[in-house]
Amino acid sequence: MSTLGILLTLTVLAAFSYYIGRKRSLALATPVKRGGNNLHSLPSYYGYLVMIWVLIPALLVFALWSALEKPLLTSTMISHLPAEIQNKSPDEISLTTNRVLSLAADDAARTSAEPVMQAAAEDYRQMQQTSSMIKTLLVLALAIAGGFIGWRYIKPETRARNQVERVVQFIMITCASIAILTTVGIVFSVLFESIRFFGHVNIFDFLFGTHWSPQTALRADQAGSSGAFGAIPLFVGTLLISFIALLIAVPLGLMSAIYLSEYASTTMRAYAKPAMEILAGIPTVVYGFFAALTVAPFIRDLGSMVGLSVASESALAAGIVMGVMIIPFMSSLSDDVINAVPQSMRDGSYGLGATKSETIKQVLLPAALPGIVGAFLLAASRAIGETMIVVMAAGLMANLTVNPLDAVTTITVQIVTLLKGDQEFDSAKTLAAFALGLSLFIVTLILNVVALHIVRKYREQYD
Amino acid sequence: MSSTTTEKVKATLAKRYAREKRFRAYGFISIALSILFLAILLLDIFSKGLPAFTSTYIKLDVVLDAPTLGLETNPSQEQLKVANYNKAIQTSLETMFPGVEDRKQKKALKALVSDDAQYSLRDQVMANPSLIGTTQSLWLLADDDIDVFHKGGIDRATPEADRRIKDFQLVWLDKLEAEERIESQFNTNFFTRGDSREPEQAGILSALIGSFYTMLVTLLLSFPIGVAAAIYLEEFAPKNNFWVDLIEVNINNLAAVPSIVFGLLGLAVFIQFFGTPRSAPLTGGLVMTLLVLPTIIIASRAALRAVPPSIREGALGLGASKTQAVFQNVLPLAMPGILTGAIIGMAHALGETAPLLMIGMVAFIMDVPNGVTSPAAALPVQIFLWSDSPERAFIERTSAAIIVLLAFLILMNLLAVILRKKFERRW
Repeated sequence: MSTLGILLTLTVLAAFSYYIGRKRSLALATPVKRGGNNLHSLPSYYGYLVMIWVLIPALLVFALWSALEKPLLTSTMISHLPAEIQNKSPDEISLTTNRVLSLAADDAARTSAEPVMQAAAEDYRQMQQTSSMIKTLLVLALAIAGGFIGWRYIKPETRARNQVERVVQFIMITCASIAILTTVGIVFSVLFESIRFFGHVNIFDFLFGTHWSPQTALRADQAGSSGAFGAIPLFVGTLLISFIALLIAVPLGLMSAIYLSEYASTTMRAYAKPAMEILAGIPTVVYGFFAALTVAPFIRDLGSMVGLSVASESALAAGIVMGVMIIPFMSSLSDDVINAVPQSMRDGSYGLGATKSETIKQVLLPAALPGIVGAFLLAASRAIGETMIVVMAAGLMANLTVNPLDAVTTITVQIVTLLKGDQEFDSAKTLAAFALGLSLFIVTLILNVVALHIVRKYREQYD
Repeated sequence: MSSTTTEKVKATLAKRYAREKRFRAYGFISIALSILFLAILLLDIFSKGLPAFTSTYIKLDVVLDAPTLGLETNPSQEQLKVANYNKAIQTSLETMFPGVEDRKQKKALKALVSDDAQYSLRDQVMANPSLIGTTQSLWLLADDDIDVFHKGGIDRATPEADRRIKDFQLVWLDKLEAEERIESQFNTNFFTRGDSREPEQAGILSALIGSFYTMLVTLLLSFPIGVAAAIYLEEFAPKNNFWVDLIEVNINNLAAVPSIVFGLLGLAVFIQFFGTPRSAPLTGGLVMTLLVLPTIIIASRAALRAVPPSIREGALGLGASKTQAVFQNVLPLAMPGILTGAIIGMAHALGETAPLLMIGMVAFIMDVPNGVTSPAAALPVQIFLWSDSPERAFIERTSAAIIVLLAFLILMNLLAVILRKKFERRW
């Protein structure tokens, strides 16, 4: 049965089990006429109890089986392959595996493949069919068996509500724990591949090397066959573009926040705030398109007018547009922290005869400084991790330069270029993307943790 | 003594007021600059993209006689399918512009109409075989260069070498113009077709459907999980518990992790480990779920927190259990706020591109996906792909796709605002 079929059958079974559970509890209860209701819980809870017994074990097995089916089947298929194929290098085995899997899915291609492949594909297909059959039978059997167990639990003295509530709470805890699982997943996915990468390339060469050209040649005798993986040009490029972006976003965002929270009239606030929010809601791919097709040529033309040679993929264009993207982020965070400063501090300053701008500069900003620093760090983390704008508007060549008119490349650009499209999972080139991802994750993680810590500490100060 | 102080203050007062005015002006200028940039961005995109909603058609008198088409009498549908419609179109172009001998010019003449014209002609003939033997006046789709020229995108004044349309082509186009055989019609192809290498045939349907499936998976997973997590953290979680604190720190951090890292996670965990299909909305939806979960959890928690404690206490006082109080009293009241947060999270996911590049949703896909496991593109990825194409006509289409994307985002945000306005309760 297909996945959808199994899920639909389970839904029907669940609805049915709720119905019979409820009916059964009412049938077992002492009728009201003869001394009142002796059920511990409302009848619907007995229905839910049976439904839980039907659904939870079946769904758990179903999810586990579906998740592990493919890796297990693949490894079994490999172990069935002839010995000479199994003795080949891991790269070749993974190539063979991919081919067998695609053959197994494609009837037309299978008949024309060589006999060994054909046999392996046939083998895989049969295992797949058996597995799917066992899965269907097992899941449905579990559902029905669960239904019987649940049915036997229906007695007037069963504490159905408490049991159902415990299960509900457990489900909620599981959902909340997905946040931890995600972080663990991120760390492991980038960490494992990075460790494999550092098996190919020395970690110090990666961190402190100044030459980046990840193109490894297909044959050993080709020119430039060994790729160079010195990531310094990427780090410098990332910092350069982020610096330009922050140079624009921080003053503009901060001043906008100050104006909106201290000076603007209610009407102006009502219009200007949503307008800034629109700026935050525009997808980054749109900013990237705008940077590449409008801002970059404009800056290039401007440069050639005053006699400067500007690269058509200059860091300046990407940085400016990224800065504009971050303005609303910076301004809404600063708005929060400025509003958190107690009114009494403003009033005290006005009482001493300070003007509004003096109050802001000498009382409000110092008081809000930790929060603003936190906002700045979050904005920096966002600038470093921003992808689409730089992919579309920054260069691909790794130049080690701090000239904003030159083309530079960034960490995120290189991750996308290395992983876009089909690739083998074993070359140093692909693994390099994960090492870059790891460094990106670590840097942004540190920025975020520090920023969130500062912001929280600051909030406590005035709460 | 006091008079000197007053004098001191008075002496600097003008300067201080000037400084005050300047400071205020800086603030105003900052906001004005941001809004000005927004206006330029939207204006630029709209002015580039609006022409793509029409496309140019050329009217030809096509002679549909059997010998030109390479058909016998009473052809079967199968024969009609493989007949030489190209020849018929070519012949009609040659009769209209006689005397074209140069090979290059002949090729250019053929290229006045799109490759697609022969297929639309084929479909018409197959639907109505009695057309064979007649001469039909048909509007056929023009090539993308002609399209750009007709919309005024190519200037006649530029030197011929720099122009995509050469002088001899200009003569033809002028003739077509004079005979009223060239006109713009609404570009239905843009909404009914998938991607194509030929700009005049490219459409966003497959990308739209791909985005729809991705969003469907995201919504089905992230909404229940996010709301359940928020309810637990806000209503049930013990305070000062190590695990609960760990979860909270994780959620806050994940909200600020770069989206491309989620793409790496999807590639390594979902595709490599669990073997979910590449380029499929299922994988895209799973990655997007993890991406928007923090947003939905944070928004839902704020909505739950806004429900006053008296509601809970009232329910508990009437004998409800804690779970009953939360699910039957607090949650319905928090629902508008939760839905608003969910819609904003979905809007975010709809515009997100980078993680989809990592999981291979950048493949060239012409077909409309028919499920969550078949290869698909997504609307923002389609924008990214087209923006790489050098053809002038693709710039138009990229901008038009952006307009469609922005329209969807505005719609979703409007829905969120209306929901908030209509159901929001102040306690």
